[in-house]
Amino acid sequence: MSGASQGSEPLHRALGLTDDERDRVVEILGRAPNHLELALYAVMWSEHCSYKSSRVHLRRLPTEGPGVLVGPGENAGVIDAGDGIAVAIRIESHNHPSAIEPYQGAATGVGGILRDIFTMGARPLAVMDPLFFGSLDDPKQRWLFEGVVAGISGYGNSVGVPTVGGELTFDPCYAQNPLVNVLCLGALPVDRLVLGRASGVGNLAVLLGSSTGRDGIGGVSVLASAGFSGTEAAADDAKRPSVQVGDPFEEKRLIEACLALLDEGLVIGIQDLGGAGLACATSETAARGGVGMDVDVTAVPRREEGMEPWEVMTSESQERMLAIVTPEALPAVLEICGRWEVRSAVVGRVTEADQGGSAGRLRIREGFEGPVLADVPAASLADEAPLCERPLGRPGDRAARRADDPTGDPGPGDCGPDLVSMLGDPSWVYRQYDHQLFLNTVVGPGGDAALLRLAGPGLPPSDRGIAVTTDSNPAWCSIDPRAGTAMVVAEGLANLACVGAHAVAVVNCLNLGNPEHPEVMWQLSEVIDGLSEACAAFGLPVIGGNVSLYNESAGVDIAPTPVIGLLGLVDALHAAPPGIGYTAGASMVLLGPRDGATAPLHPLGGSRWAVERHGRRGGALPLLDPIAHRSVVDLVAELVGTTVRGSDGLLCGVHDVSGGGLGVALAEMAVGAGIGLRVSGLADHAELFSELPSRVLVATDRPGAVIDRARAAGVPAVVIGESGGARLVIDGLVDLSVAGLRRGAAEALPKALHEED
Amino acid sequence: MAARVGVVVFPGTNCEHDVAGALGRLGGRAELVWHADSSIDGLDAVVIPGGFAHGDYLRPGALARFSPVMEAVALFAAAGGPVVGICNGFQVLTEAGLLPGALQKNRRLRFLCTTVPLRVTSSRSVLTGLVPVGTELSMPINHFLGSYVCDDVTLAELRDEDRIVLRYEENLNGSVDDIAGISNRAGNVVGLMPHPERASSELLGSTDGVVLLQSLLAAAAAPRAA
Amino acid sequence: MRFVARVEVQLRPGIADPEGATIERALPALGFDEVHGVRAGRSFRFEVEADTEAAARTRAEELAHRLLANPVIEESHLELVAATSEVR
Repeated sequence: MSGASQGSEPLHRALGLTDDERDRVVEILGRAPNHLELALYAVMWSEHCSYKSSRVHLRRLPTEGPGVLVGPGENAGVIDAGDGIAVAIRIESHNHPSAIEPYQGAATGVGGILRDIFTMGARPLAVMDPLFFGSLDDPKQRWLFEGVVAGISGYGNSVGVPTVGGELTFDPCYAQNPLVNVLCLGALPVDRLVLGRASGVGNLAVLLGSSTGRDGIGGVSVLASAGFSGTEAAADDAKRPSVQVGDPFEEKRLIEACLALLDEGLVIGIQDLGGAGLACATSETAARGGVGMDVDVTAVPRREEGMEPWEVMTSESQERMLAIVTPEALPAVLEICGRWEVRSAVVGRVTEADQGGSAGRLRIREGFEGPVLADVPAASLADEAPLCERPLGRPGDRAARRADDPTGDPGPGDCGPDLVSMLGDPSWVYRQYDHQLFLNTVVGPGGDAALLRLAGPGLPPSDRGIAVTTDSNPAWCSIDPRAGTAMVVAEGLANLACVGAHAVAVVNCLNLGNPEHPEVMWQLSEVIDGLSEACAAFGLPVIGGNVSLYNESAGVDIAPTPVIGLLGLVDALHAAPPGIGYTAGASMVLLGPRDGATAPLHPLGGSRWAVERHGRRGGALPLLDPIAHRSVVDLVAELVGTTVRGSDGLLCGVHDVSGGGLGVALAEMAVGAGIGLRVSGLADHAELFSELPSRVLVATDRPGAVIDRARAAGVPAVVIGESGGARLVIDGLVDLSVAGLRRGAAEALPKALHEED
Repeated sequence: MAARVGVVVFPGTNCEHDVAGALGRLGGRAELVWHADSSIDGLDAVVIPGGFAHGDYLRPGALARFSPVMEAVALFAAAGGPVVGICNGFQVLTEAGLLPGALQKNRRLRFLCTTVPLRVTSSRSVLTGLVPVGTELSMPINHFLGSYVCDDVTLAELRDEDRIVLRYEENLNGSVDDIAGISNRAGNVVGLMPHPERASSELLGSTDGVVLLQSLLAAAAAPRAA
Repeated sequence: MRFVARVEVQLRPGIADPEGATIERALPALGFDEVHGVRAGRSFRFEVEADTEAAARTRAEELAHRLLANPVIEESHLELVAATSEVR
């Protein structure tokens, strides 16, 4: 091993293993591990790979549901979408790499998630990117932000997968630790579904794609499992060599080659190489398939000389896949790889299961018949990381924070300036993303949810549509991680309804601070409970997830930031939904409760108005009533669904009420329409900015019919305004020109980035 | 009989299915042509679609122009066959010398995916044969290197010979003379940065690209001398 | 003999160079008021086997002209040294 581990610290600790974990390794092997073996355990038992802190809690999530073909634990969740088509979806974080090198961090995040999707046999069809940064007043944030967006653009566009949406959140808590989450969905003919498992003694493991270098060595343990300080330049520099560089052209050829291999039925199992590289791919495929594997470490194509076996096994060089094939299929496999100029090498052989054991041994050898360098039970690496029951601690300031409620704060006389400051048009971001490739994007970035045709090369014909949204709200989750997470799920449902879709599955990316802090573990537990409760209430399965811990800097944890991805389906997609806007002469109808069920009627705790405008982070969240929420969401999905099916619908505009409350929702609709709106009857700033859940604004020429439909569905509905003219007038609170609002929204990001002209 | 249109696929091309699908819906018979093929016999037209041929490494189109298929495309073009390069395809055609000038980084040095207003400025090409001069079209662009540049002599030639096929009404990428698309002298080779196939469906928001694709299919179906 | 070629490719004078211009615009804020005339380009390094330096130069220039530079907008400059005397 390298000289760095020769200090006073024992090797296992330098690699990130605790003394207990090292003892466990000795117990498993019945002897002391050698250096290579220790390195394998260190990467595979890291937080990033083993979820050792979160697994105890993740078990509480509901994962079963109709249509679930593959649940959590595989590379991606898969849902049966009908018409012989399955949809694969996954979300991941690439937070720490992006904090160090924003372009490559974000780029390789996109590359990694794509591989998770085509590993399942699905062609990646869409990417979404929820991003979180500190304030753009700080030049470092601008560098991070522009770099991350450029990285997603540079990789995603080139690899040929459209980026159809995302989210943008700015909060000081991300200043040292930006969050870069990536969601990808793909589709496949149901019968092409493959799993990442090896089987058949004598079958071959073929490594496809890039050569293996030292990039990303230790990335798993160093980058993802240890906190770091963005303020310590020296520490950053030391970790920089661990950053991987993405090659979208290699990935593009890898996608085409792998899908061709699967189409030809040449592959028994396939697995991407992500965190922990070959160590992970070989041990996981063997463990899942209940077999063993011999790996010839000398057969791995390398891009650097003098690499040690542990470096080859743990390298996180990008754009690599491991395919399990029969010896008979090998020539055909090599031919397809040759056509796509994809490098391929036989690096492993499937071996027998242990007698009586669940899986076989993972043996690392120098030549298939050569000396054995490491010999461990495959399952012990993949599945048997000691769980870590970390202490939970409810934050001590909870009661005080709850009492510090901004709801009673005096409001401004004129709410216009507050409203304007909360509007931002993210087109500066999404204009850098190809969001149209594959001719599927019916609603792209900027809508409530992305809505896509369910179509792609090689798929059976279908009239169906798929909708996807990612949502988060660190302000809510910071006040109450449990209720806040449930409200985020609820918001996702409303977003899907606004494009006419009903939700079928959930994926989640839980971004939290340092799990060694008991409050963070409490937050994690609460977030998982909130997610479980919401999913149970709405009848949704969780089909995949990712936990990103150690998001902190200088000892300060980020606000709990669960990002919830929701997948929805539309049975027949023949027309675009009405969208965020309206026509002139329409009535604006508020569906859902006008006031909270209990006092205060218009709570402001956790609202954007309180948090962003006034730095008030206390108070209590409004209450979510899942049953009432369901009624509103179903009604909206039905009303919008009529339009989407190609029939004459009642609506000419639709938008859910979320961050920024009625005020922001109304203003966004006005900006979308480019037409004025007059709203009356709102009492005060609290009613304007309160973020009471379960509310959707719909614009219609036939308000009577909409209200009748609402009454029949048991949903409160009230006309609050009429469209026309050129100004947004909210009686007594706001009077602004729509053109000015539109300009302000469009200029917000370019101005914050100090762009010229 | 439906016109047979070859859609060239280099490693890294990504709009081939979109173009083939859009042409197919308009009655064309689109087939994918692999870049390593050296024959394109029997085709009535060739489209080089968008994407990132060879990853756009070195320069967009710089490596693609050496693929075997490009020799066949050059012969086909010389014989008067309709050849259209869309986006990356335009870049390939300029690198291959089938069209003059070059495509440079956008003025703002950022990728641009958005819908822009365009005006048809010549009907004398295989892509605009059915479209009256002055027609306004709204179509998506999707590129990082879409800023058309050429020297003054070339620009004067393009103007004098009525070879500027499409101009931006809103020039976001900084192209010389607002050029969005040009043709060769004979009008049978056309390159353009906007994507007509992305404007070929009501469901996706625009059908303005349809007349261009129809013009191409009409040109492909027309009998050719040679 | 083996020779090491370095080819520098730059935009021809008169061709707009938004990258160079952007870098130049950023300089005053960094305190480099005295720096002007920034042009962006790229450089390539490769090795050529040839009997003589002249032969190596001919091949390297051919490669630079045919592939590395786009003569429509770019010009290239070649430096060639024997592999043994390369300074990295």
